[in-house]
Amino acid sequence: MRPDQILHPTEAGLYCPPGDFYIDPVRPVPRALITHGHADHARSGHGAVMATQQTLDIMAIRYGADFTASRQPAQGVTRIGDVQVSFHPAGHILGSAQIAVMPDRGPKIVVSGDYCRAPNPVCAPYEPVPCDIFVTEATFGLPVFRHPDPLTEMTKLIASMAEFPERPHLIGAYALGKAQRVIALARQAGIDGPIAIHGALQRLCDFHVEQGIDLGPLIPATAKSVEAQLVIGPPSAFASPWVQRFDDPVIAFASGWMTVRARARQRGVELPLVISDHVDWPQVTQTILELSPQEVWITHGTEDGLMRWCELQGIASRPLRLIGYEDEPE
Amino acid sequence: MKAFAHLLERLAFTAARNAKLRLLRHYLQATPDPDRGYALAALTGDLKLRAVTPGLLRGLMAGRVDEQLFAMSYDFVGDLAETIALLWETDGDEDVPLREAVDLLSGTGRAGLPAAITAMLDRLGPSQRLAFLKLATGNMRVGLSARMARIALAEMGEPQVKDIEEIWHGLTPPYQPLFDWIAGGTRPEHAALAPFRPVMLSTPVDLDQLRAFDPALYVAEWKWDGIRVQAINDQGTRRLYSRTGEDLGAAFPDLLEALNFDGAVDGELLVRRGPDVAAFGDLQKRLGRKVVGRAMLNSHPAALRVYDLMIWQGQDLRDLPHQDRRAMLETADFGSDRIDISPLLPFTTWDDLAALRADPPSIVIEGVMIKRRDSPYVGGRPRGPWFKWKRDPMVVDAVMLYAQRGHGKRSGFYSDFTFGLWDGEALVPVGKAYFGFTDEELRELDRFVRTNTTERFGPVRSVAPKLVLEVAFEGLNASPRHKSGVAMRFPRISRIRWDKPAAEADRLETLKDMIP
Repeated sequence: MRPDQILHPTEAGLYCPPGDFYIDPVRPVPRALITHGHADHARSGHGAVMATQQTLDIMAIRYGADFTASRQPAQGVTRIGDVQVSFHPAGHILGSAQIAVMPDRGPKIVVSGDYCRAPNPVCAPYEPVPCDIFVTEATFGLPVFRHPDPLTEMTKLIASMAEFPERPHLIGAYALGKAQRVIALARQAGIDGPIAIHGALQRLCDFHVEQGIDLGPLIPATAKSVEAQLVIGPPSAFASPWVQRFDDPVIAFASGWMTVRARARQRGVELPLVISDHVDWPQVTQTILELSPQEVWITHGTEDGLMRWCELQGIASRPLRLIGYEDEPE
Repeated sequence: MKAFAHLLERLAFTAARNAKLRLLRHYLQATPDPDRGYALAALTGDLKLRAVTPGLLRGLMAGRVDEQLFAMSYDFVGDLAETIALLWETDGDEDVPLREAVDLLSGTGRAGLPAAITAMLDRLGPSQRLAFLKLATGNMRVGLSARMARIALAEMGEPQVKDIEEIWHGLTPPYQPLFDWIAGGTRPEHAALAPFRPVMLSTPVDLDQLRAFDPALYVAEWKWDGIRVQAINDQGTRRLYSRTGEDLGAAFPDLLEALNFDGAVDGELLVRRGPDVAAFGDLQKRLGRKVVGRAMLNSHPAALRVYDLMIWQGQDLRDLPHQDRRAMLETADFGSDRIDISPLLPFTTWDDLAALRADPPSIVIEGVMIKRRDSPYVGGRPRGPWFKWKRDPMVVDAVMLYAQRGHGKRSGFYSDFTFGLWDGEALVPVGKAYFGFTDEELRELDRFVRTNTTERFGPVRSVAPKLVLEVAFEGLNASPRHKSGVAMRFPRISRIRWDKPAAEADRLETLKDMIP
């Protein structure tokens, strides 16, 4: 079987004809395999969903228990139609997985979803899965992206909190994954006191704690006066009246995009923190060299840069030009 | 340099003035000499290093990164120094003293510079690499004025801002005597004769705001469209400074020779032939020349029109009220016919003044200046005592023709526009300006460009001629170099006319009729 008979892009997302399923479809389909719980990958309304138990739990938290007619937790190698599939940790957020698609005859394809190889206290580390075709993201597919050690970014935060002790520090971080990682990093960096969280983060933080991840004392950032110098909220909240309760706040944002100053300025960020849950340039290129696939397919991001690199390395690559995925999704 | 790089990064993202002051003060308090002095000079633009050119920087990358990947990266990042700082591959993370970086940039010959910069970059971590490259290109862009730096210094010890400003121009980096003085030592003396003294600046005003004030307390004069200067003769040492303290003397030897007085005066540098003041374009021809030829000296003679006396015959007049300084100005003898004084305007009500402003006697007048009779001469831009009431800008409605992605804050947005006017059935480009003051406007314009692109030429997109832009500008010159035959001064987009059909935009003849 030719590779694109096993998996090819459609308007609804990546489709596997021999297994009759979609991976991370952007519209309702009869059967979906989901890599991770971010909203642009995990949508509600599919007939059946197969994902890691944690991703299924997260989808139920976000969309309600009836987000799909049938849930199937991924476990070991499972046959679907004429292919077998297996799920492997991607190191992106809690529950995130790569999906390996193995036809009875033909190349083995690994769809990485979003993945990251930097240590992350809130999820299992990325596991390299040998394959013939590697489907990678290219969110940070340019050589300017070399994410620093996140703990050095925390040092910047702590220095700013000491320099401006009277000002609350508000960190914008996506509600699922990034927010919990930032909290865990702050704990690693020695911030022991209460951290205030926006209401939109509450249930997802609770879920992380239930999964055995220690986030320390968290208080709601909804009261009129918030008794914490460090506050975490989703980016969308920064444009809402919620922010008005804080007096002269330092606005910080935790994202890989903060590497580029113009991006930080466009967001009106005073304290950019380069903390990313995606592979940076050294990681994505090292991963491709390590897996040494026959072909690399690139799903979304700055694919031109990664394609050029593949060309220079003599590695076959093609863009899938999937639509509906954000640069760095919530 | 780690602390310096950290300071630059914080300053670049911090908008609030008080927060900037605190960041700078903390840095200056925590950093030893001479590094803090060099940092201060870098921030205030007083560090005179050999400026490293963009060409040299690009050359450093040749062979290090694939050209296409470099181009994609630069396009994404939007800043050359930042792109190189991010792309540079090294494990270096040394805390190199700022002094060493300054020595390298001031002491290395042209031929050795690329290798020296390369070796330095190899030793540094990413944010220090950016700080070093910004230092090398002489472009800090952190939004910190020299005045704010002096306020931060004043917050560190006893000396007041005006005491510091007074001696500032006699000092050189790394300012060891200044820091000693702030720490309680003795006040440094002026190192040189004819020092620059901080210039008094004005704030903009309009008729509605003026109505709140009593016109009897103010005088008014024309705002001449030349270059604001400070002219000094201090015991025979003659200097001509711009209002930011740059020495302009070399380009205006004829005027220097005419400074036959003893004092420091505030005035406007003009090109004047007899009684006729020439247009700004004539003055521009003389600016920035290292050597001025005899023909140019004869055809474009420099002159000074004096607004105010700061020091006169050994006496510092700056604490006196404006009316007393003015009285002395009117009887002063400058000893040259190249120097005259700016006349006061007769008015009783603000409406009288509005009528004068609406019909000035010369095209080389930009509006009127309004000064409180009791105002002392205070360096900086104090709010209140002096106002500028500029003439209304000229406007035309033009059609957007091309768009280019912006750099800096506008990186990633189509925000630089070329616009044109109708000439017969065709649109002729007449100027270029950027726009997008709010994020909302940036997004709307970007969306318009992306959905109306007709052709692409590299980073430039040609757009369907549909959108009308109101363009404001300060002046017009006939220009054979431009296809349209005219060149605008300070064009800027003042409004987006989503409502106006392109066919109703202005015609080129309309613009040409505005040439004085």
